[in-house]
Amino acid sequence: MKEEGKHKKAKKYGMVINLDECTGCGACMVACMAENNVPFREDESNKLDSIAWMRVYKLTNGKSYPEADICYLPRPCMHCEGDHGHSPCVSVCPATATDYNYETGIVSQIYTRCFGCRYCMAACPYHARYFNWWDPVWPEGSTKYLSPNVSPRMRGVVEKCSFCFHRYQLAMDKAYLEGRTVLEEDEYQTSCTQACPAGAITFGDLNNPEHKVHQLAKPDNKHGGRPGNPNVFRLLERLGTNPKVYYMSSREWVRQAGDNYIDNEDFAKNYRH
Amino acid sequence: MEIGRRSFLSFIIGGAAGTAISPLPWKLIDDSSIWSQNWPWTPVPPDGEYSQSNSVCTLCPGGCGITVRKVDDRAVKIEGMKGHPVNDGGICVMGLSGLQLLYGPTRVKTPLKRAGKRGEGKWEKISWDEAISDVTKKLAEIRSKGESHAVGSIVNSDSGTVPNLFKRFLTAYGSPNFMTMPSMQDSYNMTMLLMQGVSAQVGFDAENADFILSFGSGIIDGWGSPVRMFKANSAWKVNGKKVVQIESRLSNTAAKSDKWIPIKPGTEAALALGIANVIIMESLYNRENIESQSGFDAFKELVLNEYSTDNVSSITGINSATIVSLAKNFAQASKPLAICGKGQGSTPGSLNEFMAVHALNALVGNINKEGGVWAVSESDYIKWPELEMDSIAESGMQKERIDGAGSEYPHAKSLLNRLAEVINSGDGSLGALFVSDANPLYSMPDSKALNTAFDSIPFVVSFSSYMDETASNSDLILPNHVYLERYEDVPTPGGLQKNVIGLTKPVVTPQFNTKNVGDSIILIAKALGGSIADAFPWDSYDACLKETLGDKWDVLEENGFWSDSDSKVATGEFNFYPDAMKSLSSFSSVSIEGSTISYPLVLIPYDSIRLANGYIGDPPFVIKTVEDTVLKGKTACVEINPKTGKELGLTEGRYAFIHTPRGKAKVKVHLYEGIMPGIVALPRGLGHTAYDKYLAGKGCNFNELIGPAEDPISGLDAAWGIRARLTKI
Repeated sequence: MKEEGKHKKAKKYGMVINLDECTGCGACMVACMAENNVPFREDESNKLDSIAWMRVYKLTNGKSYPEADICYLPRPCMHCEGDHGHSPCVSVCPATATDYNYETGIVSQIYTRCFGCRYCMAACPYHARYFNWWDPVWPEGSTKYLSPNVSPRMRGVVEKCSFCFHRYQLAMDKAYLEGRTVLEEDEYQTSCTQACPAGAITFGDLNNPEHKVHQLAKPDNKHGGRPGNPNVFRLLERLGTNPKVYYMSSREWVRQAGDNYIDNEDFAKNYRH
Repeated sequence: MEIGRRSFLSFIIGGAAGTAISPLPWKLIDDSSIWSQNWPWTPVPPDGEYSQSNSVCTLCPGGCGITVRKVDDRAVKIEGMKGHPVNDGGICVMGLSGLQLLYGPTRVKTPLKRAGKRGEGKWEKISWDEAISDVTKKLAEIRSKGESHAVGSIVNSDSGTVPNLFKRFLTAYGSPNFMTMPSMQDSYNMTMLLMQGVSAQVGFDAENADFILSFGSGIIDGWGSPVRMFKANSAWKVNGKKVVQIESRLSNTAAKSDKWIPIKPGTEAALALGIANVIIMESLYNRENIESQSGFDAFKELVLNEYSTDNVSSITGINSATIVSLAKNFAQASKPLAICGKGQGSTPGSLNEFMAVHALNALVGNINKEGGVWAVSESDYIKWPELEMDSIAESGMQKERIDGAGSEYPHAKSLLNRLAEVINSGDGSLGALFVSDANPLYSMPDSKALNTAFDSIPFVVSFSSYMDETASNSDLILPNHVYLERYEDVPTPGGLQKNVIGLTKPVVTPQFNTKNVGDSIILIAKALGGSIADAFPWDSYDACLKETLGDKWDVLEENGFWSDSDSKVATGEFNFYPDAMKSLSSFSSVSIEGSTISYPLVLIPYDSIRLANGYIGDPPFVIKTVEDTVLKGKTACVEINPKTGKELGLTEGRYAFIHTPRGKAKVKVHLYEGIMPGIVALPRGLGHTAYDKYLAGKGCNFNELIGPAEDPISGLDAAWGIRARLTKI
């Protein structure tokens, strides 16, 4: 087994989200909450502390009626690779509660190690991390639908999207039992990808040219995973976080909304550097 | 030793430093945080044997197939069923949250009898025997007085076995008052009847259309069978098909369309006829096929005389060039498709609009064609033996319906929108009312008036699984199983061009002391005896269902769905100009309530897939996804154009009151560039008073602010808005 692993190329799981197809329906958010035992409270309208591993943002083009336009942007954890696994959150965690897995490229979150300093939240430029300010409370009887695959979190720890890592583990267990070490593309898919009624989310191994995500994003691993497809962009590309979530849009204003630009900056020239 | 200032400070600082360096405080903090993190109320979900079960979701009429993941006997996740003809693996926010309804706190756990005043929330738990006998006694009493026609029922639709059991029960009992919740399907059905002479359900071959002209239909906001429409929308994007959205607000559908054309709300019919005008003027239709169809000449005269491009431009506020190019693009597309029914289609709307849009489809020759509109004959699997009525039933069935359907409005089947006014004005009364799979006290326009009407109905029985608004204002609740606990057929979802029947299955055993509503009806009928009991020869609902589905049962039990191999088309001669269309000879929009002086703005509703506005309200997960520009704290946000905001002195986030002729509510202002100046938009689906704390008391109910406007032809509700005023707080 070990011998085999040595020669195996590391996987880099990632996502391509087609913003032209995304309808902002929120199915990815709920699919995630239902899969990962995400808690909820009476009032969730303060979005800063409303735990949503996947959050759909609404972008506007800033123009007046009737030229106004909107676009939805689903934001899971970007599972940044940074420079050789130095993602912003991993580098700052004093408890090794969040770690970069070189085998899959997934940034983990280990709740029992986390002591709630929230340094990672400050470091994350995507607001993908949430703190449990309160103990999770499920209404009477509702704990029945909790999934045993994901442990419910307690007050005082940080949580975030795991690319449904338990699904990876289950798929790998199954593969090992069947004497395989490699997963088929459709064997490991996140809950949000599976649920999306518009089929806007594609998930797979960015390092595998056979996988759809690779073909869509055409990542250039020599240059920090920069997308080769001109309609594809990443959020805050210029920070160098090297995220594994790619977005695709045919509208320039949407692609432009993915990063910050100074006035009069030539977007077309700079946006992928 | 003398304690001086110097040694005192040394002692304090040294002590503090020593304590800080020692592990003691850190260990204590660490221990206490670990201790508090292990408080026993953080649940540890038990593991067990995994299994999967296929069923159908009935949270909306969409009819999606679902796969439920189970651990031992617990259902832990609902997913879209792969390979299902409606949704093929996709699922919506509501469907995903079904388990929160199954296990949630809003379930009615046992039959309940009102103990306090109605709506007070005081209940007495009773046995099923007592509940059935209470209903039976009351019904026998009404019947013995010869007032059998004063019993009514409100259900969600008129197809499927459960609604038909209600209908059969009322017929055998002697009442014509079988009422259904209104929707755009009513208007489409009537359009089919008037223009094609067929009794059929409308189907859209959306997947194969290549130019979709939507008159305000929320294609990706929950219109039709929602997941199916999401999928169609994505396929259009991939294949480069065009979508044009016509509405006054930049909805999600408008934002995702290829072109958004804002229109003065309520003038959609004029635009449809204006497009027809261009098509006829420029001869962009198949003259040979179309001109021979009946009524075409009169239709042509109507659109040429009244709906010239300039005239339509001034009615709709859309410039002439846009209308002309839209008409050309539509007519020149190879498979154009025009659809209507605003938002999610939860209100029927103006029949003129439906007829005008349907005529547009006929003009481009896409009726019963690939990529077009289909008249789908409903699957007639319900073939129950003719029932024998006794004399009381016969005389009861001779009486006119309380809502005027079939008499005042000859084509209508049910006009629930008229019930409140008929009762409140003293023109009619009901002695008992059954409500099942519907929540009219929340979802009917002018819900306050309906509430008043309910007050005068002495006996209201709810069959709801949840403590919704109607259930909490009833006298007796006979709770139904939730869809994940029962067998029930799911008839073809609206808008599908071929018949797909689904079957819900008991994925888990009933969690509480509930009973399938079908069984409740059969038990009541049997207890009433005589010809009523004879009309229900089945031992149980499941037996009835199995017998009804016949040879389809095995397929349904195994796959969860049964579908026709091809479309069953109802054919009739198309008529471009039925009598009902004469009212279009001079265009006037369905007038909305309120004077322009006291109410300078126009309030319109908008639908979001994240806000359920029917029988079932948002479960906690779904309400959590609602944006803070839609709901903030306990206040709903209204959208207004920044220009309107400036005129009224209202800035982003300001609290205000919205006043309409029907009501008043506190709202928060959200300035939105995607809405026409002068219009206020409020989301549907908020302002519940019932359900759990996660939903109740949040925002205001749009239906409390609007009144019904009767369509002169159909009698259905055609209100698309109401005049309003916003005042600062």
